[in-house]
Amino acid sequence: MYNEKVLQHFKDPHNVGTMENPDGYGEVGSSECGDTMKMYIKVDDNKITDIKYQTYGCCAAIASSSIATDMALGKTIEEAQAMSKMDIVQELGGLPEKKIHCSLLAEDALKEAIKDYKSK
Amino acid sequence: MGIYLDHSATTYVDKKVLAKMTQCYSETFGNTSSQHSYGRDAEKGVGAARAQVADAIGASPGEIYFTSGGTESDNWAIKGVAKFARKGHIITTGIEHRAVLDTCKYLEAKGFSITYLPVDAFGAVRADDVEKALQDDTILISIMFANNEVGTINPMAQIGQIAKKHGVLFHTDAVQAVGHVPIDVSAIGIDLLSLSAHKFYGPKGVGALYIKNGTNIEKIIHGGSHEKGMRAGTLNSPGIVGLGAAISLATEVMDNEFVKEAALAKRLKDALLQLPKAKYNGHPDDRLPGNVNISFDGIEAEALMLHLDLEGIAVSTGSACSSGSTNPSYVLKEMGCTIEQARAAVRFTIGRCNTTKDIDTAAKKTKSIVEKLRALSPLFADKGEKNV
Repeated sequence: MYNEKVLQHFKDPHNVGTMENPDGYGEVGSSECGDTMKMYIKVDDNKITDIKYQTYGCCAAIASSSIATDMALGKTIEEAQAMSKMDIVQELGGLPEKKIHCSLLAEDALKEAIKDYKSK
Repeated sequence: MGIYLDHSATTYVDKKVLAKMTQCYSETFGNTSSQHSYGRDAEKGVGAARAQVADAIGASPGEIYFTSGGTESDNWAIKGVAKFARKGHIITTGIEHRAVLDTCKYLEAKGFSITYLPVDAFGAVRADDVEKALQDDTILISIMFANNEVGTINPMAQIGQIAKKHGVLFHTDAVQAVGHVPIDVSAIGIDLLSLSAHKFYGPKGVGALYIKNGTNIEKIIHGGSHEKGMRAGTLNSPGIVGLGAAISLATEVMDNEFVKEAALAKRLKDALLQLPKAKYNGHPDDRLPGNVNISFDGIEAEALMLHLDLEGIAVSTGSACSSGSTNPSYVLKEMGCTIEQARAAVRFTIGRCNTTKDIDTAAKKTKSIVEKLRALSPLFADKGEKNV
């Protein structure tokens, strides 16, 4: 059902944790399946220099958050903002059809964190 | 070698059972309807299996009808009684297997009225509720013997008495219970009982419906005179022989297995409940011996199940996020669990070959994965609260 890359990220997710005084913070939840994600970003010179998250959810949600944070790290705010769930799914090498919606959580949480950063 | 802790989903076929089946596939392979010696030999095997099934549940051989499994047996029992009665009211529960629930919903759409009884916090139906739900036009009570998710065993004898007292037919989906706990259909007062071979070390795709002599029921599969004209279709004789052998063996080892599985289940439960905020689901005593169902706060069961799978340990979730949106277990919700608890429930079902070592490994791995997932979870904050 899940490919090797998804399982790898699920088994050993990257960038897990919280952050003291983040420059941006986003929290999203899926009313559809109850998954919840909190994302923290540090921004320096318009670039994401640190990123942490916590996720409550299934394998797809965990793997998506892990790879999305990998992808966002080092990107400019504009580049990170342009990331979509399909970019995340593609980077994971695909997700089962029914699990695509789980990747939306990572996209949304990142966008929320960026919005919070911009509002400051 | 992996550790299989999902015996309520299905079991492997016991080697002794398989040997009997193999012989039936290659040697006594005749069609039981044939008049020649091949047919007679096959019929002999089926007849012996019929007696074995009857013996195991306190019925007579003429009351056993072979089917393709639990789902067909449930469909036949409920639709068959409904078709005979043409109209009326059926009492069931909200925690039945889908084979019963969906069949009742189908009949509801066809004009039958259905009462879906609630269950208590342990997942058991209250006998009083059954009696109170009876109407003048009640044609059937269909209540599962033991629940597939939490293993809770219903007060069958009391329900049987109520059914008898009011002259209402009593069907039970005993798919999870047969071969694991003693069942005597006449002592309990059961009119119809569904069972399935692959839940007790027999093959998949074969089961039986016990129909008490004189029960008003119609057939649902038409086409030939098999099974006294009640269930058409060439008999799956190797499967049926396997069913017979498996149920005999299960009955023989039942007492020992019960004690062994219950002890292993207790060991696993005690180990896992050392984790904070872990909720044990189901009845503490009146349950299938090998069932342990626990909700670990702050985690999603599918994630735990997959992590265990990567470690070679097979368990199942009460809720499977497979349909796009997570459908938390309706059984746990009926028992009053919160949606979070239902989403966090994992079912371990211990079987005949599991060892103490299996249990200790599974407990250890589960504990470390739960801790890992909780560290990842924004929903979990250990406040050191006591387990419930």
